Amino acid sequence: MQTINFLKPSRDNIKNYSIIGSFLVLVSLIDVISNAFLKINLTSFLPGSLTTLFPLIIGLIGLNMMRIDYSGNKTLDLLNKNINTNNFNALLTLLILFSIIKALPQSLSWMILDATISGDSKDACTGTGACWTYIKVWFRRFMYGMYPNEFHWRINTAFILVIALGFVGYFMKENLKKYLALYYVIIYPVIAYLVIYYLISGGSFGLQWVETGAWGGLSLTFIVSFFCLIFCFPLGMIFALGRRSNLPAIKYISICYIEFWRGVPLITVLFMSSVMFPMFLPEDFFMDKLVRVIIAITLFEAAYCAEVIRGGLQSLPRGQYDAAKSLGMGYWKMHIFVILPQALKLVIPGIANTFLALVKDTPLIFVVGLAELAGMLALAKTNPKWLGFAMEGYIFASIIFWIICYAMSKYSYNLEAKYKTER
Amino acid sequence: MSDPIIKIQNMNKWFGDFQVLKNINLEVEANKKIVVCGPSGSGKSTLIRCINRLEEHQEGDIIVDGNELSEKTKDIEKIRAEVGMVFQQFNLFPHLSILDNCTLAPIWVKKMPKKEAQELALDQLKKVQIDDQANKFPGQLSGGQQQRCAIARALCMQPKIMLFDEPTSALDPEMIKEVLDAMVSLAKGGMTMIVVTHEMGFAKEVADEVIFMDEGMIIEKAETKEFFAKPKSDRTKLFLSQIL
Repeated sequence: MQTINFLKPSRDNIKNYSIIGSFLVLVSLIDVISNAFLKINLTSFLPGSLTTLFPLIIGLIGLNMMRIDYSGNKTLDLLNKNINTNNFNALLTLLILFSIIKALPQSLSWMILDATISGDSKDACTGTGACWTYIKVWFRRFMYGMYPNEFHWRINTAFILVIALGFVGYFMKENLKKYLALYYVIIYPVIAYLVIYYLISGGSFGLQWVETGAWGGLSLTFIVSFFCLIFCFPLGMIFALGRRSNLPAIKYISICYIEFWRGVPLITVLFMSSVMFPMFLPEDFFMDKLVRVIIAITLFEAAYCAEVIRGGLQSLPRGQYDAAKSLGMGYWKMHIFVILPQALKLVIPGIANTFLALVKDTPLIFVVGLAELAGMLALAKTNPKWLGFAMEGYIFASIIFWIICYAMSKYSYNLEAKYKTER
Repeated sequence: MSDPIIKIQNMNKWFGDFQVLKNINLEVEANKKIVVCGPSGSGKSTLIRCINRLEEHQEGDIIVDGNELSEKTKDIEKIRAEVGMVFQQFNLFPHLSILDNCTLAPIWVKKMPKKEAQELALDQLKKVQIDDQANKFPGQLSGGQQQRCAIARALCMQPKIMLFDEPTSALDPEMIKEVLDAMVSLAKGGMTMIVVTHEMGFAKEVADEVIFMDEGMIIEKAETKEFFAKPKSDRTKLFLSQIL
């Protein structure tokens, strides 16, 4: 048997090294796992501080022995390249692994093993873990706010209708495709508004009127985000083009608009919309608070959209404008067919960023008394019968928001891939 | 003799304080082929960009096909539609297929039915021998193919005049020939052409007149044979001795 040089692993004795190395790493992991999960200290025979450091030292030696360049073993090479390039990286890898292992048992037992989900009052939650009963009992409130329980089908139907209408573009006939933009920018929002107005608000067709103050929960998050997204994009496009216009009036109006809305915090805009704005309106003119809030967020986010889109417009080479002009295209034709399709493709990541921020800004409408998902949480956690469950609520809301935002960002990646034409 | 299709009189142009074009006088008759040459920075490109008003001139008159170009010109798009242009950097629309690049302007500017536009485009693409690439995107084509597509795209508007702004300068030597061939056959078909180029072989083969420019002025304007055989000014002689 060859002599093993512990400091210099090489290809020649790769078998010995990889086996001994992985064994040592395994030992260190077993030590940490047994420590964390079973509360058994396997190394209690060692003196004080060495016990805690033992897995780290053993693991480091193990990883060091496994670090063989061009070993020919794919798995080993992959491992070395990604988490084991040098001693420092090996140390970081081990520390991260250990902290995950250490944190797992507590979070697992809190979230699942010791958690309660049965029962329908606070008394059911006697364990030390999370009280998912709270989420279960409040679930309808979190989804629909204060909307009367017996009418929840109206919200569901409205949403299904709106989503179905959104898919119309996929099934449109080829010769109608050129009206697609028109449909999504103008017709679709109007139809969606009517559907939501007549179904969720009610007041006609024998449906009972439900005022917007009672709306809330996740459905309100969706309604606000939906209208803001759908309106702020075309508006932002107009201001982006306006800012690059040759006509001074249009240019400076656009600059003023963008700089004004980017300069004020959203929360003050919302306050203004609900408190100050009605004062400027004539006495008999009524505009619903929710509508005002949607308009406020739309105007606010449009300024951000405009700047993102302007970035895309600026990145196009001048030759594209020249070519379009030389073919006899006027300003609008040039922008609609040549400039905007390319610019918008470039800014998909930036637009997705703005849209995600918008969705996550919707909880701010709580300040004007509209309680969407996070707002309902804030109400629920101060309910005297259910004090002390803020944590569960926020975890629940985070998961919901994460799912929504992740879906949106996935969709934006798909769009990017779909419109990629270079090479 | 017919009226000139392009007439430039006493034209001056500045970029800020810098005068790029000085007192330009030029008349081009229909079906004539003009080659413009000269050192870089002499204002050749700016001159032909002025002809379809991609650049604005400050003094003098430019009359294209009976229409004067000025700030008051309302239908500049109509004039541009009659003047095709081919650029040094091709400037194809990268988000559209080759066929769509060619049909876009005929459909939306000339209101041609889609089917007719596609037939026309395929016809033009066939003339420059890239009809087999019609469904690819510009990014998938070689430089020479892209430039030939750009020529076809301009021709799809059925222009009266074609402007070429150094069409072969951004190409590999091997690809220059295929583009020049396309231009030669276009010239033989009787198109009015103004070509900014350093390809003197092309000039000798097709040009009726050659213009030599330097420092924003037209130094010499002569029939092709005369231009190469006995150039008048010393500046032209120097330029020719360096380039030939």
